[in-house]
Amino acid sequence: MNERELAIDMYRQMKLIRRFEEESARAYSMGKIGGFLHLYIGQESVAVGANAAIRPDDYTMTTYRDHGLALARGMTSRAAMAELFGKETGCSKGLGGSMHFFDVENHMYGGHGIVGGHMPLAAGMAFAAKYRGEDRVALVFYGEGASSIGATHEAMSLAALWKLPCIFICENNEYAMGTSLERSLSLTDISRKADAYGMAKDRFVADDVFMVRDRIAAAVKRARSGEGPTLIEVRTYRFRGHSMSDPAKYRTKDEVDDAKQRDALYRVQRQLEEDGAKAELEKIDAAVEDEVQDAIKFADESADPGPDLLAPTTYKGDFAR
Amino acid sequence: MSEMRFREAIRTAIAEEMERDGSVFMMGEEIGQYQGAYKVTEGLLDRFGEKRIIDTPIAEAGFAGIGIGAAMVGLRPIVEFMTWNFSAVAFDQILNNAAKMRQMSGGQLEVPIVFRGPNASARQVGSQHSHAMEHFYTHIPGVKVVAPSSCADAKGLLKTAIRDDNPVLYLESETLYSLKGDVPDDEDYTVPFGLGRVVREGADVTIISYSRIVHVAMEAAEALAKEGIEAEIIDLRSLRPLDEDLILQSVAKTHRAVVAYEGWPYGGVGAEIVDRIQRLAFDELDAPVLRVTTLDYPMPYNAALEQHCIPQAPRIVEAAKKVSYRE
Repeated sequence: MNERELAIDMYRQMKLIRRFEEESARAYSMGKIGGFLHLYIGQESVAVGANAAIRPDDYTMTTYRDHGLALARGMTSRAAMAELFGKETGCSKGLGGSMHFFDVENHMYGGHGIVGGHMPLAAGMAFAAKYRGEDRVALVFYGEGASSIGATHEAMSLAALWKLPCIFICENNEYAMGTSLERSLSLTDISRKADAYGMAKDRFVADDVFMVRDRIAAAVKRARSGEGPTLIEVRTYRFRGHSMSDPAKYRTKDEVDDAKQRDALYRVQRQLEEDGAKAELEKIDAAVEDEVQDAIKFADESADPGPDLLAPTTYKGDFAR
Repeated sequence: MSEMRFREAIRTAIAEEMERDGSVFMMGEEIGQYQGAYKVTEGLLDRFGEKRIIDTPIAEAGFAGIGIGAAMVGLRPIVEFMTWNFSAVAFDQILNNAAKMRQMSGGQLEVPIVFRGPNASARQVGSQHSHAMEHFYTHIPGVKVVAPSSCADAKGLLKTAIRDDNPVLYLESETLYSLKGDVPDDEDYTVPFGLGRVVREGADVTIISYSRIVHVAMEAAEALAKEGIEAEIIDLRSLRPLDEDLILQSVAKTHRAVVAYEGWPYGGVGAEIVDRIQRLAFDELDAPVLRVTTLDYPMPYNAALEQHCIPQAPRIVEAAKKVSYRE
């Protein structure tokens, strides 16, 4: 894939995530989706750029704000939407929901609901790659809110000590739920946490998806060649509330509008249009609409999982009671 | 058959499984260069090298999670907690990651990991180092919990644990490490989970126990025999799954039961066993089932007070006599 083809493909992925989530929000308000729904809208360039920097067999995992990474990694819209609808055709058979998207075939290892709790798991996958002498890397995404919790530090401390091929990507969207960066961290340059572990670091704004790819690719290259982990702080912004129930009263409309001016999706769209790709993009947009509508129809028509599924997914083999 | 100590039986199981399967490795605090805080892993670093016997910093949540992550992609880690007390700071990893990963991924993942280490009281190690942690962990669907009392079971249960594709919590006792016993040499000697063992036959009262307290119950049985009460002692070996059939068979024979174990009286393994007996063998019972537990206080340091709190043979004797209406 050349750079132009890649640009078009990354536009497609970002647009798909955006439209998938806008329609998810609509389905949520219609009562089709239960529980929590954390939208990634505004942050798409991080997952899409990161995915372009790694191989299909590299390990990835993220927080409960996981739809974007799952779709970027290649999960089908059908499997993703059906999971939101809690259906047996969902990626996690309707047992995980919005926060627990898993797609092992595409090396997407969740979807984790406890802030920071997944960080050691990613280090563990990187450990396994190193143990087996493979050149795979593990990418783990987390919010800046997870910078304060213990598991995050233990994962980084051990990953750096053992030079594990793990890339810690802090998606700093400026708000840990409703608490702003300034109110939650004494040091707002999160990348500097890397210094404490003797780990490589990087820090940049996610406006340009190509830059996201290139900067993450540099860390991936280091990890693959045995130089150990990197902490990357990617500065981004979520356009929606923390979850569907959040009216986001802790920030001003002007602030949100300002962030939307820097929307990475529109940036790549403008660039491609200037490059004469308008007709191609229109075709992509139409295909994305069809894909999302098809996913909703598919999710709607799919069956609920039955109770027979519960025991075999709790234990492999005989149930232990 | 070879005579060896309990800690050697554990070590033998680890070494045999590491020889058998290259995906098995071990991590924990002081397990390598230091040779193990309780010498369980003595010699393993020399034998297997630092790639597979991994000393960790003091970061239980970190290395428990690393073990789980490695297991999610096919390795078979054995994670040692220097004591199970310290697993409390890794509780989230066990509860939310090891136990739930398979279910929340719709069955896509397996987590073949063993967590092991000494559990419950030792000798005057105070309130923060004397927890019986099985009562927290047996509550969780998705994990298996075992606790051997004999050297042979120490080997056989650990080998089964390492070969199991689910997370297994294997609980030892510091006070059993020097116990000697016969251990089968067979490299495929495994003890299946969910099967208890009658360690003493008797017709008058069933005493259900596991881990170190099995030995205390044996002491109690000798005292009871002198008073004409023959106790049947069951060593559960496995707490989740639980050998319900063996318990019910014995209760059907003796019609009386006492459950003796370390841990506080509120809820826990003993309450679960009592529930099953009253629910499934109500008509067999000639007396309410009693429990002999650690007393309901944080463990005191003072030696006499500690012994006062830990289940002792006289308390088991008293309970057995009470359910026999022989006070």
